Amino acid sequence: MTKKQKKLLYRIIISLVLFLACIFIPEEYGLLRALAFLAPYIVVGYDVVKKAVLNIASGRVFDENFLMLAATLGAYALKEYSEAVMVLILYQIGELFQSCAVSKTRKSVTALMDIRPDYANKVTENEEIKVVSPEEISVGDVILIKSGERIPVDCVVTKGESYIDTAALTGEASPVAVKEGIRLTSGCVNISGTLYAKVIKPYSESTVAKILELTEKSAEKKSKSENFITKFAKYYTPAVCLLAVLIVLIPTLIYGDFASHVKSGLIFLVVSCPCALVISVPLSFFCGIGGASKNGILIKGAVYIEALSKIKTVIFDKTGTLTKGKFELSETKTANGFTEKELLYYAAAAEKYSGHPIAAVLRNNADISGAVVENAEQSVGKGIRALVDGKKVNVGNKTLMSDEKIDFEEYSGTGTAVYASVDGIYAGIIAVKDMIKDGAKDALSTLKKYGVEPVMLTGDKESSGKAVSLELGIEKAYYELLPADKVEIAERIISENRAENKITAFAGDGINDAPVLSASDVGIAMGVIGSDAAIEASNVVLMDDNLSKIPLAIKISAKTMRIVKQNIVFALAVKAAVMILSVMGLANMWLAIFADVGTAFLAILNAIRAFKIK
Amino acid sequence: MVKVFKVEDLDCANCAAKIEEGISKLDGVNSVSVSFLAQKITLDADESKLDRIVDEMAKIAKKIEPDCRIIK
Repeated sequence: MTKKQKKLLYRIIISLVLFLACIFIPEEYGLLRALAFLAPYIVVGYDVVKKAVLNIASGRVFDENFLMLAATLGAYALKEYSEAVMVLILYQIGELFQSCAVSKTRKSVTALMDIRPDYANKVTENEEIKVVSPEEISVGDVILIKSGERIPVDCVVTKGESYIDTAALTGEASPVAVKEGIRLTSGCVNISGTLYAKVIKPYSESTVAKILELTEKSAEKKSKSENFITKFAKYYTPAVCLLAVLIVLIPTLIYGDFASHVKSGLIFLVVSCPCALVISVPLSFFCGIGGASKNGILIKGAVYIEALSKIKTVIFDKTGTLTKGKFELSETKTANGFTEKELLYYAAAAEKYSGHPIAAVLRNNADISGAVVENAEQSVGKGIRALVDGKKVNVGNKTLMSDEKIDFEEYSGTGTAVYASVDGIYAGIIAVKDMIKDGAKDALSTLKKYGVEPVMLTGDKESSGKAVSLELGIEKAYYELLPADKVEIAERIISENRAENKITAFAGDGINDAPVLSASDVGIAMGVIGSDAAIEASNVVLMDDNLSKIPLAIKISAKTMRIVKQNIVFALAVKAAVMILSVMGLANMWLAIFADVGTAFLAILNAIRAFKIK
Repeated sequence: MVKVFKVEDLDCANCAAKIEEGISKLDGVNSVSVSFLAQKITLDADESKLDRIVDEMAKIAKKIEPDCRIIK
């Protein structure tokens, strides 16, 4: 409990004791009894009175403080002293509960998002360890990261082996093994061994600082529901006060009996506090955003939770989003008695000095350390001719094979085919392809289950693009697009959806797609650790590049919106019911207090559910 | 320019909304968001008028929620 909450608790306890004492004062004491009850009233309610008076003085009459003041003063006027005090005590107990529940939630949500490193261990020139703040570290410094410590800045391991817990950033539970040469992302926690690392980015440019900046700003954009509630409260309280006056006046004019009608008017006032709504709606969004960030999904504001829950179309960029964005060996087919090992060896060796991305894939799949490569000659758009261990090797596409008059078999599979011949004999083909990400298929089918239509955009040729869209079951796919075409198609889909009041999201890896990211209703940037432009341009940031986070984000948002609606409906329904009962003379103060404090409390408990995502 | 201020002891959501409304009406404020949950105020305002706005902001907050403090 905070100091303020403790103070309120003591006040409630003291007031309760005084109140119990006052109850024993016999009724015949009249004025003295009224004065005695003032003691617990003031102890527990002086701040309510003070705020109400301050508000009236500054021209803002109608708020819950005023409602409580009016209700309790009314009860006093009716000589219902104990009720007046009890209402105020219960109101404060409710406030205390609310305050505790909210601050507890706030703490657990913010603790989770708190990835701020407190210090760094700098290794000085004479090998001493100096504890400094992360801001004092500069690029090139060597730092020591002990087991259990948070990585303070982005750095590269120079000595040691360990496991890193990336859960705070990505939501990924299994630790990642790191060793010399591996890049460490700040904000993650070293969980086993001791690591020495060289700093590659100052604190202000490190991932952790970028993410903190992002989460700090995340509350900026309020959702429609939040704005609705604020506006609602603005008109609601005066309307309720007016109604309360009418409830007292009209029946009194018709039937007389002022006192009992005043009582129903007061009950009406107590029940009408807008607290439950005003607190629970933003709290639900807050918990939703917290729950998402627990899973490595950063949502930049409540308004995007609302948008995510209404998505109709998700446009995907192919390379780097649906696929891994780098070539991998997908298939080999040998011929004329060559083994796979030989095929890869000759192909990789011929490409030993080539800078082509496919050459790198070949080299990664063969051991060519002992190969003697001579006279390597590149012919652009075709391939390479070289002498490998004295043998004449041709590696390239089918044009090269035809040029060299080699009898080869055309490859019919997907991906890019690399043909190889050794001493004029066809050795086989190696197919490389930009592989579809693990889990992409499941993620897309989940999306479809949620009623979301995926669309794929790619700059690749139809033949290689289609392989991806077919495998993932994407019906709408556009191929051979220039960057400007991508923006155009995306904008067309966005405006078509807008005409129907539907939301379009765009998911990209942040490379070259910032214009589309910002044009879409919800821009989702994936695997952006380190990419500032994407973080700026997007509305939802996925810390890793796991596609399943997209349906998860939609699921969390839909759940949050459900909770928001439940809370609005529940609070209004309970209040309306008790209001009607009070008009009919069937409700008492206790019921009114429950309707106010109880609903607020239940609504808060309901809101906290948004934080818990399985 | 955008600045973020921390707020202490801002205990009621309705007050936060009222403070937000009050600040948004100040001269030189482009937009403002008072987050009751994050306990912070995100202010986008003219840099030249910032000092005066920050003073006014503190006054408004004090008036609506006497206990709360804006940390500059």
